Order: sequence, then C-alpha cells, then structure tokens
Amino acid sequence: MAEEKIGVYICHCGTNIAGKVDVEEVTRWAAEQPNVAVAREYKYMCSDPGQDLIKQDIQEHGITRAVVAACSPTMHEPTFRKAAGDGGLNPYLLQMANIREHCSWVTIDGDAATEKAKRILGAQIHRLPLNLPLEPIEVPVNPNVMVVGGGIAGIEAALKLAATGKKVYLVERDPSIGGHMAMFDKTFPTLDCAACILTPKMSAAGKEPNIEMLAYSEVTQVDGYVGNFKVKVTKKARYVDIDKCTGCALCTEACVVRKVPNEFDQGLSKRAAAYIPFPQAVPLKATLDPTRCLTLTGKKCKQPCVAACGPAAIDFDQKDEEIELEVGAIIMATGFQLWDPTPETRYSYGKLDNVISSLEFERISNASGPTGGHIVCKNGEPPKSVAILHCVGSRDENYQEFCSRVCCMYSLKFAHLIKEHLPETEVYECYIDMRTYGKGYEEFYKRLMDEGVHFIRGRAAEVSDVGLTPNEEGHLVVKVEDTLLGVTRRLPVDMVVLSSGLAPRADAKSTAQIFGFGCSANGFYLERHPKLEPVSTVTDGIFIAGCCQYPKDIPDTVAQAGAAAAGALALVDNATVKVEPTISYIDPEKCSGCHICVGLCPHAAIQYNEEKGVAEVIEAACKGCGVCVAACGSGVPQQRGYLDEQIFAEIEGALAL
Amino acid sequence: MSDKFKFAMYWAGSCGGCEIAVLEIKDKILEVDANYDVVFWPVAADFKYKDVEGYDDGFIDVCLFNGCIRNSENEYVANLLRKKSKVLVAFGACATMGGIPGLANEATAQQLKDLVYRDNPSVDNPEGIYPQEKYEVPEGELELPHLYDTVKTLDQCVDVDYYVPGCPPEAHQIGAVLDAVTAALKGEAELPPKGAVVGAAPKTCCDECKRVKEEKKISGFRRMWEFFPDPEKCLLEQGVMCMGPATRAGCGARCTNVGMACRGCYGPPDGVVDQGAKMLSTLASIVDAPTPEEIAEIAGTLPDPVGTFYRFGLASSLLRRAKV
Repeated sequence: MAEEKIGVYICHCGTNIAGKVDVEEVTRWAAEQPNVAVAREYKYMCSDPGQDLIKQDIQEHGITRAVVAACSPTMHEPTFRKAAGDGGLNPYLLQMANIREHCSWVTIDGDAATEKAKRILGAQIHRLPLNLPLEPIEVPVNPNVMVVGGGIAGIEAALKLAATGKKVYLVERDPSIGGHMAMFDKTFPTLDCAACILTPKMSAAGKEPNIEMLAYSEVTQVDGYVGNFKVKVTKKARYVDIDKCTGCALCTEACVVRKVPNEFDQGLSKRAAAYIPFPQAVPLKATLDPTRCLTLTGKKCKQPCVAACGPAAIDFDQKDEEIELEVGAIIMATGFQLWDPTPETRYSYGKLDNVISSLEFERISNASGPTGGHIVCKNGEPPKSVAILHCVGSRDENYQEFCSRVCCMYSLKFAHLIKEHLPETEVYECYIDMRTYGKGYEEFYKRLMDEGVHFIRGRAAEVSDVGLTPNEEGHLVVKVEDTLLGVTRRLPVDMVVLSSGLAPRADAKSTAQIFGFGCSANGFYLERHPKLEPVSTVTDGIFIAGCCQYPKDIPDTVAQAGAAAAGALALVDNATVKVEPTISYIDPEKCSGCHICVGLCPHAAIQYNEEKGVAEVIEAACKGCGVCVAACGSGVPQQRGYLDEQIFAEIEGALAL
Repeated sequence: MSDKFKFAMYWAGSCGGCEIAVLEIKDKILEVDANYDVVFWPVAADFKYKDVEGYDDGFIDVCLFNGCIRNSENEYVANLLRKKSKVLVAFGACATMGGIPGLANEATAQQLKDLVYRDNPSVDNPEGIYPQEKYEVPEGELELPHLYDTVKTLDQCVDVDYYVPGCPPEAHQIGAVLDAVTAALKGEAELPPKGAVVGAAPKTCCDECKRVKEEKKISGFRRMWEFFPDPEKCLLEQGVMCMGPATRAGCGARCTNVGMACRGCYGPPDGVVDQGAKMLSTLASIVDAPTPEEIAEIAGTLPDPVGTFYRFGLASSLLRRAKV
C-alpha cells in the first residue's frame, strides 16, 4: 500500500474553480501528501490535453492511482475514468474530488474555499491506496422500449422509435392517448389547429404495428436495470372487450347515467357513465366508468348499453389485469397538470361565475368543445369584455416560484381568438413581464398589439363582483396596478381567464420513486444534467421528455421527445451494455441470515437462501444503492468502491488537515 | 517455583462477574492447576502488587485482565501486568469495550460523585462528606486512587494481545481459550494472530438464535414487561430492542433463546467499527413509517438510547464520551 504512486490533477475549470480556490497553493500542498508522486494543475482537465496529462503520467511516471479535483463526479467521472483506462490504469483506481459544486461555487471566502478544497482532495488521496481494481459487468440489452404517457411527447417518442423497427409499449393512464394537446383548439404562434396536427399522429400511433398501445393502464412496479427492466403494468378494466368494441358510441347514447362531469371538457359538459372521452380518441373504444355505472356500483340498471351494443362487447365481469413487460429502456412522458387556481382566493376562482381557468377557456374556444367553439359566458351570452390574468400561481413565492414559459403565449393566443370570434369585445392582458422568447413569438405579440388588445403591466390584485360605480355593477371587477402609468385601475369585465402555470403532476414524486429517479425542488422530474443530459435521469436507461421535466411549449416537447427516443435507441440498439461494478456483495461466511436486508432492497436484488441460511445478492439486479450496507447490523454487505474502510479513510483524510 | 506456566488474573473496573465466570469452567480448573502456577490473582490467592513488581518482565505466561480502566490504580496495574506478561488478554466486556462502567462517560467524575454522595434521594449526607483521595490519620496518610473522568478500555492504555468478549464470557468459550493458550505454550499449536477476538464466533447473535426470522418492519418499540412475546418469532420483529444483529456470536444466543433481548455484550462483529451506530443504522432502515413525525414518535418509544445502543461499548465507540 505504501508503494502506491498517486497522480493528482487539479482543474481550474476556467474561473469556475480558480476564481475562488488558490489552485497553485492546493497543487503545492497536494505534492507533499503521502503517496503523491505527481501533482498538476490545468485550466480544463476535461479537455483532450487535460486528459492526456493523466495518460502520460500513467505511462511515463508509472502512476498507480489518480485523483482529479474538478467538478461533480456525475459530470466527468466517466470522462476521467475512461482516460485512466486508455492510459492503461484500471478506471476504478481513479477518484474525483468535487471542488466545484461542493466548494468553489458554494464558498464565499477564497481562503476558506482553498482550505476546503484541500480537505476534499485530501479525503480522496487518503482513500486511494485502498481502492481496488474493478471490472464493469457486461449485460445483454432487451431491444424493446416502454414509453409512459401518451401526450404529444410520448406519441412522438413512440413513433420515432417504432420507425426504427423497435417494439414500443405506449402506456397511457387515461382511456385515450392525446394528453393536453388534444384539448387545445389552436396552437401558438402559427394558430395551427391542434387537432389537425395531433390527430394524425395519434392515429398513426394507433395503427403502427411496432407500437403496442396500453391505454387505460398504469405502471405499478419497475424492477431491473439498464437494458433489462421488468415492468408491471395494470390494465384497468374498461368493462368493454376492446377486441369487439367498434367505437360506435351507441352504448354512450343508451347509458342512463348522463350527468357525469366530462373530464376532457374540464367539467364544463356532461358525459354518460359509458363514454368515449372525445371523438378522435385513440384507441376509439368505449369505457364504463366504474365509479358511476349503476351496474358496477351495485345498483339496479336495465343495462341498455348491453342491448345497444351490436358486437356484445360490454363485459361487467372484466377485471383489472396485471401484465409484466420486459424492456431495455423507458421514456417518461407523463406531462403536467394545470396549477389549480383555487388557493389564490383573491381571484375568486370557483366562487364567482365566469372566472375560468385557461384550460376551461381552451375547451370553450374549441370547435368540438362544450359550446361548439362559441366564446360565451355562463348565461350563454358572449362577453363584451374579457380580462386575461397572467402568472396565476407562477413567479410567486407563495405558490410556484418558477415561470411556466407558455402562459404569456397562450394568453396572447386567447386574446387573438376572442378578437377573432368577437371583434367588438375588449380584451385586457394583465401581465408582469411579457415573455415571448420562441421562434415567431415576439412577432405574434407585435401582431396582437395591432389587434386592439389592451396590455396592462401589473399583476392583478383581485377579482370581485363588488361594483362601486354604475358601470361596474353586474360585472366582474379586476383591480390591477398599471405600473407603467403608475395608477390603480378597476376593470369591469364579463369574463376573467386565469392563466395558470403548469404544475408537476400530483403524483410526480411517487411515480419517480417507482422508476427509481428523483424530482427537482420544484417537483418536476430531475434530469441528469440540466444542459448536457436534459432527457436522461440518474437511472441509466430511463429518459424523460416533455412537461414532466419542466414546462415547455409543443415545439420544445417534440424536440425533447426526439432526443429521448434517440437516447433510448442508442441504448437498445446495442446487444450489450456495461453496468457499473460498484454493487453490493455478501460474504456467506459472515451473514447470519437475520433477514434485515432482504425486504429492504428496493430492486429485489437480495434473496434469502434457505438452504445455506444466508442472504445473497443477485448481481445483475443490484444497482449499488447501498441500502443493504447501511441496514446490516453486522456490516456484512459491502459495496464495491464504497467499502467501509474506504469511507473511513475518506473521513480521516478530510479531517487530517 | 515449579516449571509450570505462570497464570495471572486481575480485576480492574468491573463487577467481578468475570472472576466467577472463570470458576464456571468447573473441573476444567483442575487442568489449569495442572498446567499453571497462579502467580497473581487477588480474588483467589494472596498476592500483593509488590510481588508482581518483583517479577522479571515477561515472567507471566498468560494474564487475563478483566475490567475497564477508570482510575489511577487500574491504569498502574494495567501497565505493570503488560510489562510482566507474555500474553495479555482483555477479558470480558469491560476490558474489551469499557462495559457497563463505560456508561460513566456520559458524565464527569464530579457529576458521578455529586449523584452518589449528594443528589440521590436515598442519600443521607447532611455534612456533604465526599471521599477524599488523601486523608491524614495518626498512622500516616491514607490514599485512594484518582477517579478518571473518562473510562478507558484496556487497549486504550496498553498493548493488548487478545480479546475475549462477553459479560461475562461464556464458560465453554473460556475453557476453549485456555485450552488453545495451553496448547500454544506447549508448542502443540499456533497462537491466533495478535489482536484477534478469541472465545467467540465470526457471525452475529442472530446466527445462533433459534427464533424464526423474517423480513422486518418495526412500527413501535415494546419492552419485555409490556407483553408476552411470541416464543418462536424474532424479538426485533416484535418490536423488542434486540441488539442481536449488531452483536458478535459466541454466547450461543443464551438470552434470546430464553426470551430476553440481546443486550450486545459480545460487542460488534469483525468489520463493524461502532456497534451502537451500526444498530441505529439498522433500526433506521427497518422502522416502518412514512413521515418524519411518525418516525420521531416511534423513536420516542425507545428509552435511554445511549444505554441501549452503547450499553457495553460506549468507551470503545467513535463517541467515546459525552462532551465536557
């Protein structure tokens, strides 16, 4: 162990590290540390010349261990381990010391940062002699891909992958694919009809032989690992045999339960208990609502749907069905939910008529919506004036701090649609900042300015029905400070549209847990790297696309879906994949068979061997999370690369200074 | 003196149970007598420190040292016996880990004296008399050893050759250790590598425990007087704070097999640095509650955490002692 020759490489990362940490001083210090044979600094270690330093030192100076003090290992550990491997050193004899994210970026004082950098580096220098060479484990890859979520992102990704000949399972929770985009009338800024551009893709997905559509289904469990996922999917009972159902909708007409709020219309219309969510649904199959159908809720019903159904597709005895699928990669495209404006009580959503959410407006303005595309108030009359309030729940420390990116543009689209349908109607846009950053967006904003829309720069303070003057009586009154004029204004209007932000799905966190990755602080799925790996997750083989990652418009969503499909394809197009060898192992000579670790393994990678009375790790299933290592009272499971003695050595190294 | 091997045993900071445990080897004690001369064993034979001081260095072939080091006398004798012994064995939980007296490291010596001589409800000491380290009597000056703030293990004072864990060590293990040492001294066998734990097994108490073990999820802790535990099932699974998973085997799981939770006296198995921390880590993994509040509530049902997780090992743990 004393014979080890450690090479230390300290990266400036431009000024990212060197701007705070005295890199020269850390290098001088490192050169004096035990076992250190070479200590170098370089402006960008990740560049080719930087990586070559490591290779050269291995070959010319006989370096037997190396540590790169630079950025987070999640960023460049693979880069430098590959460089070490190219130089002839086992890649796992190289460690990263994160002196950027853990040090220079988060430390104000330069001297303190330098001291901290030494400790972070010292920890790795101290542990390196204990590192053991490891070999990656090569495993076969299942060529199939699962796409979770059937909105535009999921459809796009599924179609792209299917076009390469890969088998795709497209899982959608609702009875039909289509997602939010299917609810829209027009899309900004080109004002394409959403249905015109989406429904061909939906139908193509429905007809594509390489896509197995699993609508009205949910993923309940994911086991396995990159290239080899085992996914349990529950196909919820539709109580309709989809092989027989022709989508004729006669059952929906026959159904006696007619007053179910229609989710697709945001509750603005009613549907039957036997229903097809919308006319362009894919698959075009009926579903019986188990919470409303009289027969399914144990009440008496003459079952006219059964009589109406020619092919006898209704099947009240159908049960949820659990299937297990094996795939090599998974694309998550589970979308968003509109931020519910109810908690923002000052806007009186849900209390006053004609204060509506943006999705409700989408349905009202949609030709196939509850009003047939006529923009009308609750009393059926067209509004003479409409206020559109931006940033509802967005850019607000009380709710969602972030900008949802699409609300300015959809609000402008609303204004345009109102002016198009009702040229005499006054439209007010109350905004904080107008964010029209996309291709053709600023031009669209310009166009709206010429359409006679009133733009008021200020976040609306309140919406009430209290009229103070005769011309306010009988109207909704929006109170808003016009910050450009420096006056408070009261706008009497007939309709208020709340442009809510996009929120993570209520179950985003638990869904992410099922799949084994995480969420950002704002609740959206966490990408592996915000810039360089925006569609990957920390779990190899699982990709994300669309609004489940962060709010984005349709063009960005489609682009991301393509990127995720490419990422998945780059994986499943290979016969094998190398997985990290930093997994757990159990010494059967030491295991007492207490069972503590067995139930804890989140990947079902530990089995109890009754015959030997010991727990055993299934190497191919272990993801190296370390749960069993922490849980075992006798310290028997050990994780390669993170052995107890290695971790203690790191601690001692960090404290040694 | 005969050419028999020289045997010594000493009782430092401990209860004396280890001394009794040696007698529990029963007629095997005759074999000890056949092979050894007792040259120092205050509880059994009349020797004085000055006798030991007079021995040549390394005169004693094997010395079983039980008890922790908690005062100046313990430390003096530990150093003395180290010098005079070829093989020094830390014998029992106190010598190896600090043992029950190690829990004194939660307080200072002064706090202990205040409790014992002043604050305990049963104390009747109106004049506030405390023991003095020095006292003048007509015959001269009397001296008591100095009580340390911090209880130490034997190996925190002197170099130790072997460790025999247990509170007290089990008789069959003592017998086996004595056999092994005798055989080695006679040249019939090799001694184990220096620093080895002897008189114990490599796995944990769970390995010797006959109860049926399944996957564990704990939704609350219970103490033995609160209910009748299922005699077949793992005690930990029933919410009884059993240290078995983090405790070295060797005792034969005597406690759990008669319905008492393991208290951890055999110390941690090889590879575990801190028995209490490891057990806490285990519990944290199997407490079954979804929210931090519920976890706190379950944790609250566990009385005296230090005394539970570090009942025998506080002095040898990473914690060592409370801050003063």
